[in-house]
Amino acid sequence: MNGMVMKSTVPITLTFLFAFFLLFVNVCEPYAQSSLTNKAAKPVVETRIGYLRAYEPQLALSVLNVPPRDEGVAGANVAVNDNNTTGKFLGQSFVLDVLETKFDADVVPAFRQMVSRGDRFILTDISAKQLLSVADIAKEAGVVLFNVGATDDILREEECRADIFHTAPTRTMLADGLAQYLVWKQWRKWVLLYGSHERDGLYAQAVRRAATRFGATIVEERIYEDKGTARRTDSGIVQVQKQMPVFTQNLPEHDVVIVADESEVFGSYVPYRTWTPRPVAGTAGLIASSWHPASEQWGGTQIQNRFNKTIGRRMLSKDMQAWTAVRILGEATTRVKSNDPKQVEDYLKSQDFSIAAFKGQKLSFRDWNWQLRQPILIGDADGVVSTSPQEGFLHQFSELDTLGVDRPETKCRL
Amino acid sequence: MHRHMCLLAAAAAAMPFLIQPAWANMVYVSNEKDNTVTVVDSKTMEVVKTINVGQRPRGITISHDGKLIYVCASDDDTVEIIDAATNEIVGSLPSGPDPELFVLSPDGKTLYVANEDDNLVTAIDIEGKTVIAEIPVGVEPEGMGVSPDGKTIVNTSETTNMAHFIDTSTHEITDNVLVDSRPRFAEFKPDGSEVWVSAEIGGTVSVIDNNTREVKHKITFEVQGLRSEQIQPVGIRITADGKKAYVALGPANRVAVINTQTYEVEKYVLVGQRVWQLAFLPDGKTIISTNGLSNDITFIDTATDEAIKSVTVGQLPWGVAVSPN
Repeated sequence: MNGMVMKSTVPITLTFLFAFFLLFVNVCEPYAQSSLTNKAAKPVVETRIGYLRAYEPQLALSVLNVPPRDEGVAGANVAVNDNNTTGKFLGQSFVLDVLETKFDADVVPAFRQMVSRGDRFILTDISAKQLLSVADIAKEAGVVLFNVGATDDILREEECRADIFHTAPTRTMLADGLAQYLVWKQWRKWVLLYGSHERDGLYAQAVRRAATRFGATIVEERIYEDKGTARRTDSGIVQVQKQMPVFTQNLPEHDVVIVADESEVFGSYVPYRTWTPRPVAGTAGLIASSWHPASEQWGGTQIQNRFNKTIGRRMLSKDMQAWTAVRILGEATTRVKSNDPKQVEDYLKSQDFSIAAFKGQKLSFRDWNWQLRQPILIGDADGVVSTSPQEGFLHQFSELDTLGVDRPETKCRL
Repeated sequence: MHRHMCLLAAAAAAMPFLIQPAWANMVYVSNEKDNTVTVVDSKTMEVVKTINVGQRPRGITISHDGKLIYVCASDDDTVEIIDAATNEIVGSLPSGPDPELFVLSPDGKTLYVANEDDNLVTAIDIEGKTVIAEIPVGVEPEGMGVSPDGKTIVNTSETTNMAHFIDTSTHEITDNVLVDSRPRFAEFKPDGSEVWVSAEIGGTVSVIDNNTREVKHKITFEVQGLRSEQIQPVGIRITADGKKAYVALGPANRVAVINTQTYEVEKYVLVGQRVWQLAFLPDGKTIISTNGLSNDITFIDTATDEAIKSVTVGQLPWGVAVSPN
């Protein structure tokens, strides 16, 4: 009997609540509109932001480090929400238009599709080669590109483009940030262990350059050949425990071991397994990055909470790079009061532009290659250890330009 | 009569810190890092008491009659009430999540709180301890200012980069004024003609005309030997006669003294590290700065604009409020 009563009342209550809700929404909607707009109602201008992504699931030595499915895209989505909160006061709205291709696919058809849909601002998380394949199409179509994924220095140097803004840091910026910290610690003798893939070599090259710049010495280098070992085997850890000490045996005296293994073949196995007890830094151990999931300084708690609440996981570097790009667009359209790509681009290239991104100081673009100058966070698995530039690394224009390739040495000719 | 006197004497003996000469005021400093409020005697410039409060105390203010102190305990999602007579926590207010800064209405009845995580400004009826209104604002609301007539509050949103003008009778936004990056603080001039809004990352103070609700002047700062990135304006206070404004410059470790007629910076007073908020003593002859990284507060003489003394308080001092009596 009780059960029957329950059954009959619940839907009625729900229906009533729903009807009430509709009524409430309908009454409030025009009311809210009039209160939010400034004196007179403004028409809403919509800005479409494209997000082109070449994706395949990535492996990692630790399952904790496997990139989440929506890495990067999640950051863009949170920033679109932020832009829309701001936009409601100004009659601006933003939508994100994500297009995914295979990892090594020809991205030109996908890019053309986005352009024909009307995207005039496109974030890219694709390889350097893929990015260069669409750069000219973008230029012709008047599309402004934001590289949120590729850390390749070549995109800011020999192959730089006038219409690509980079929110991802370069490998040289990351290596310089790390090097400044190690030198500040007086850990000046380094051993460099690098992987056999191309990107590992590029990271190693950035480390060598950083050592020269900041007065550290690489006392020995060793390469770790990828012979196609599976990353996930039940008893693999037993072998690793024996392999890594041998791999790091008979090294000259050193303060720190630097690993350059973006490919995740051996790097994460090095900490705690070296022949001599030394701290490990680079792509494993103490890692330099544009963001850290535990960074709470400079109001960081707020973006971390907002991100976690919306996405349901911690915010990673690529999320921050995408968040920053979308926020830059929001900021620019607010300031120039237009979403015209030319006006937005001119504003981003002007002296007036700067953006706040929870890093304690304003970020701006380097006018010789349109790389976003930004502090680099140095952190381990648990938290942020330091932030570079370090105290004492001076620069005549901006201390942030002590990180990465500076104006006098750039090979970029725009 | 005699009995009355006896009681008074007993009370005075029991609570020595309560009975202060007329010219001494209690200074309350919220210490973000060690979850305390430090009480400093303004006359002796010495610490008289440390009060344990909730997690991450930041915004702090005092009732107009000087009896109650309100502290945002950000990580506990509440505003705590301290009895100024006993220095004990006597209650809390329903602040909404992550309260950081707030402002008390001139009639002392309403507290307007910025809720950073929810993009809301919450209006709280203090007596009833109830939420009267939640006003949606921009991303990361922070600074809160109230006009002298109590009719307008101004909230700044740090990621949206706006000053939102809110009508306190309707609790609706009437104007949105774009300012520079990361606006942190809003302060009305005592005559209500202007609102000054600091932009931490932008490095400027925007002076907004309260009639037209437009930026009429932008103040910039320049300190020899410091990069522009290090100059990050946060707390602002304007003298009762409206002639001088004081702006805390964060990691520039200085307080700027500004002529409000010319908008020129007339002096930079070197205080402690990461200067955050400011408060005048009631007679206006002294202004106090909180210096987060050096764990101290600095007393500045407003006649000479020289630092008089720094007093060590708790860890990461953030906000400061002074008893009016």
